[in-house]
Amino acid sequence: MTLAAATATTAHPTLTTVAAESHGFLSPTGVEVAFLLVGLVTFGAALVTVTTKQLVHAALWLVVALGGLAVEYLLLTAEFIAWVQVLIYVGSVVVLLLFGLMLTRAPIGRSPDADSGNRWAALVVAVAAAAALVWVVADAFRTTWIDLDGPAAGSTEATGASLFQNWVLPFEALSVLLLAALVGAIVLSRKAKAESSSPPLNSRAATGSSPSAPNSRNRPIRRNGRSEATRSAAGTEPTARGTASTTKETGPTEASNPVEATNPTEQEGAR
Amino acid sequence: MHLAYPAVLAALLFCTGLYGVLARRNAILVLMSVELMLNAVNLNLVAFDVWLSKAAEETLHSGQALTLFTIAIAAAEIGIGLAIVLAVHRNRGTADIDKLRDTAEGHGPEDTDDDARTAEPAAETGRTGKAEATA
Repeated sequence: MTLAAATATTAHPTLTTVAAESHGFLSPTGVEVAFLLVGLVTFGAALVTVTTKQLVHAALWLVVALGGLAVEYLLLTAEFIAWVQVLIYVGSVVVLLLFGLMLTRAPIGRSPDADSGNRWAALVVAVAAAAALVWVVADAFRTTWIDLDGPAAGSTEATGASLFQNWVLPFEALSVLLLAALVGAIVLSRKAKAESSSPPLNSRAATGSSPSAPNSRNRPIRRNGRSEATRSAAGTEPTARGTASTTKETGPTEASNPVEATNPTEQEGAR
Repeated sequence: MHLAYPAVLAALLFCTGLYGVLARRNAILVLMSVELMLNAVNLNLVAFDVWLSKAAEETLHSGQALTLFTIAIAAAEIGIGLAIVLAVHRNRGTADIDKLRDTAEGHGPEDTDDDARTAEPAAETGRTGKAEATA
């Protein structure tokens, strides 16, 4: 489908030669060729990301796609955005995603149920949207060129000046939003810890829920100092199962903390 | 550079992310696809900002500022999203969004009844247990 863009580019100069000559972009320049090649790599990596059956490979292909986008930003002379992209996306978002994959015990290797049953409907929707968007966009911007000469439009100096002269208030509001997100992430994980420490045990002991229920819903998650008191207060715990699952569950319990711990660095990087 | 190159690439990336959001089953893969869509929007914003800053003498650099804001919001979104996914996985033992059908309509009412019945006493006893523990 990038062919559509290419044909639009090549078919165009015959129509409005004057505009093309004024920009001097009759033939694809080196920047355009580089953009096209990196764009193909980016698009291919994105396709593999959404279609591969191996979950960890999807995250690693996402690195390729995001890194390719950073190169595209550099080609568009937006250097500050490019490095922010590398720092935030490749540096922290993908690491967070990999942590999430590990903590949800994603299987290593091929998982046959990575795609849901409606993938063909999704494919139809995506292809239709892509066709419509590419057609509209290529038709609308046939005669438009980006002037990349002269001082870089996205240099760090220009970006910083505009950001701190014209966008100070949204910038500060955004830092408040990041703080709220940080607090929210911590609260979400702590709440799960406090509520699921003792109640699943009691509910199982009291109602004698069926063994066909997914055991993960009822299994005790947190066993630390505070829930010891809870356990003794509840007093209805099957001890053998409790100790077994204690040793089983300490791994993810302990390991879930680094995800939250990486949040502050991410917040600082985003600023 | 022809403006159609970044615009078409952004459209294609967006539709790739759209396919991923619709077709993936694992919640974390859905989050990855959302990231792809956000990045497509970012590319559009940067390309149009670079174009307008020269063509229309626009000095606000609103596109780049908005791109930075989008990146920051995406970082916050991925943090919150992963916290939610991990909480769901902790409670349900799965991160499959096809299996999280508690609020779905038109599927067997007995299932949701069971879920509600087991969930409510759990919350109740949790609260009382915590109260006893802290008392």
